[in-house]
Amino acid sequence: MAVRMKPVDVALVGGGATAAILGKELAEAGYSVVALERGRMRQTVPDFQSPYMHDELKYSVRHSLMQDPGTQTLTFRNFVGQKALPMRQLGSFLPGTGVGGAMVHWNGQTWRFQPESFVLRSWVNERYGSDFLPEDITIQDWGITYDELEPYYDFFEKICGTSGTAGNLAGQIQEGGNPFEGPRSEPYPNPPMKQAYAGHLFGEAAADLGYTPFPVPSSNVTRHYTNPYGARFQPCMYCGFCEHYGCEHFAKASPQVAILPFAMANENFELRTNAYVQRVEWDRGSKVATGVTYIDARGREVFQPANMVALCAFAHHNVVLMLNSGIGTPYDPSTGEGTVGRNYTYQTMSGATVFYPPDVQLNSFMGAGALGTAIDDFNTGSFDHSELGFVGGAYIAAYTTGGRPINRHPVPDGTPRWGTEWKQAVQRHYNSTATITVHGSSMPHRGNYIGLDPNYTDAFGQPLGMITFDFPHNDRLMSRYVTSKAWEIAEAMGGEQISVSWLDDHYSIVPYQTTHNTGGAIMGTDPTKSVVNKFLQSWDLHNLWVMGSSVFPQNAGYNPTDTVGALAYWAVDHMINDYLQDPRPLVPT
Amino acid sequence: MVDKLSRRNLFKVAGAAGAAVTFRSTPAPAQNEPETEQAPAPASEATQSSPASNVEHQDILFFFTPEEAQFVEAAVDRLIPADNEWPGAAWAGVANFIDRQLAGAYGAGARMYLQGPWDLGEPQQGYQLPFTPAEIYRTGIREIRGWVAEREGETEFWDLSPSAQIDILEMLQAGEVPLPSMPSSVFFETLLANTIEGWFADPAYGGNRDMVSWRMIGFPGAYAQYTDLVEEHGLSFERPPMSMAEVSRTDHHNEDH
Repeated sequence: MAVRMKPVDVALVGGGATAAILGKELAEAGYSVVALERGRMRQTVPDFQSPYMHDELKYSVRHSLMQDPGTQTLTFRNFVGQKALPMRQLGSFLPGTGVGGAMVHWNGQTWRFQPESFVLRSWVNERYGSDFLPEDITIQDWGITYDELEPYYDFFEKICGTSGTAGNLAGQIQEGGNPFEGPRSEPYPNPPMKQAYAGHLFGEAAADLGYTPFPVPSSNVTRHYTNPYGARFQPCMYCGFCEHYGCEHFAKASPQVAILPFAMANENFELRTNAYVQRVEWDRGSKVATGVTYIDARGREVFQPANMVALCAFAHHNVVLMLNSGIGTPYDPSTGEGTVGRNYTYQTMSGATVFYPPDVQLNSFMGAGALGTAIDDFNTGSFDHSELGFVGGAYIAAYTTGGRPINRHPVPDGTPRWGTEWKQAVQRHYNSTATITVHGSSMPHRGNYIGLDPNYTDAFGQPLGMITFDFPHNDRLMSRYVTSKAWEIAEAMGGEQISVSWLDDHYSIVPYQTTHNTGGAIMGTDPTKSVVNKFLQSWDLHNLWVMGSSVFPQNAGYNPTDTVGALAYWAVDHMINDYLQDPRPLVPT
Repeated sequence: MVDKLSRRNLFKVAGAAGAAVTFRSTPAPAQNEPETEQAPAPASEATQSSPASNVEHQDILFFFTPEEAQFVEAAVDRLIPADNEWPGAAWAGVANFIDRQLAGAYGAGARMYLQGPWDLGEPQQGYQLPFTPAEIYRTGIREIRGWVAEREGETEFWDLSPSAQIDILEMLQAGEVPLPSMPSSVFFETLLANTIEGWFADPAYGGNRDMVSWRMIGFPGAYAQYTDLVEEHGLSFERPPMSMAEVSRTDHHNEDH
């Protein structure tokens, strides 16, 4: 018999970025809110302090801030018909656990999606024709436009203290910024980061080739800054311990620094940790969610009644929760019907490495998560695809995120993997090697989806989520095209040797690529092809909402966090100013 | 060029860091451990050698049997050997590091999903054996020793010549050693990953003695604040590395904040 808690207006599943946003705004609007976080409390002091935070083995290799696969993991297969097997160790992506979620250990790269991304199906049909792509590439419009989302992007960037150079202010292209971005209503709240040597070399080469380099937009804040809530940031120290780490400096935007204190200060808001949500409870007759059931720290099953529920967990987990709760129709890849789990997408990564002579000292340990110089000439809306046979694109960037040596000791192609020759190559190249990232879009494919695994269960006995994914042919063509452009830039950077890492194999769950898992509970205009409407409200249960990158119908060639944050502010605005005053489906079906 | 650079680094280490590493100028044979000596009068407490430098790897074994330790000691020194300029993994305490890792949560399979059913699957699906890391070593070393004894005639891996050890490691890597319980490449890849970890991780974990790997490549370690230097492109950064223990002791971080 489950323990029954006092009812609340809103139950949030998760204690990360989107739960912090919804918790702050809903509590302030007068609603009682409880956020249910499966992990423990974590604060900048004492949890993220130097020097113990600067421990590569503990955080980057043993994944101390991340989800524990022993408690819950996913199974994976490349294609329908293959037997899915459990991801027994973290690898390809690193979901967080604990208060702040993955926005604790992110890099801070804060990109907006281009206007074309949000209307991708319409844009492709209009520009290239409706038969340009094969039918199994299931791109969709989001139901929202860039112009609708822009004010929320702007606000989220102010919350994060994002640092950069605007490239498009109200339609006017600006010197030094990204000319391919959508129009901004206002400049970035903070000036761009300093430029590392590798970024400088990349920028010079890219400009010589006629491209437009600019500083990567960064939520590693560049000066003393107070955000609209009153959160005080300190300037980034370029310590080189961002990704996989919490920031000790109050410089990288995290929920703990930027948002949560202002939710916690409100007595309407409660953050309940060690609360592992198992399912959303809902009434089959009236079709409303009635609350959530979780396992507490003592192992008890607890029911938290709520008038409204928002799923604010990591991308896969929102989808798995819906499937395990029996909400909506699971996607079936054999018919293409059903919605929950549909359009699971990722990020199509490749790159190039430039090896300089030893007298070129790049000092990559002087780094920051979002310290980089980029070009955006080859992203989805930036160039003409008509002769190329694919849609999508990528930004190309030279990042200097740090020089942590267990994971970063680059050697040229052909170097043995161990022994004297390897050791001497590591010594020679460690401080003289620049890395170029090709950060590519991911188009949905009919066969790529999230389901429930028939064989494996988590520590609570519930079915594991099952990912079926491989890179679609469209994305392989895209990657080859943009990676060849990155190669040309690498050639122009003046090194001695170059390595190019092409995308030339099946997707593998093993090597780290990115934690940009998207889709599965997608937003859209058609209830038979999406899980939530343009306001992120479930088509099936009107008092259930889904946040995060789960709602992306396809993934753009950018990092997702800025769009995740903007969509959360967009959704909560409509909850407060419309839905909660008159609960109903906001988009009639 | 390579030699010149590393000699300069070595000199810098000896002069500035106070904890000098000296050894023969000829290539160090496998069993010859470099000697250490403490330079007189360190410049400050901040530049003293790390506590790990005083820990001899032979002192205490937490997980390995003495035979397993001998095996791993020999193997890691083939994977990262001593050369003219820098000591190898054995001197750096990498076997010691692996022993401690296997005795703790990592060795016991923490942060692994270890429920069946078991199926090998495809390489894209990752590790699928039922063994924890500690079990990979215990089982793998026993089976490799048995195979070596059969092949080489009642001898041990660590008694073979370095070149014979290298041949066996290459066969393990290629999956060519028929072990009853696991593909030999699984054992090899685990050993190689842990060796690189122990070589480069903070000395607090028992490897990377005297921060030797950080001195070799020029990684400054845990202390990290470069706001004023990041735009000095091409700067030759001369400061010796600092481990977490040293940063903690000197409290540099808080002074600078």
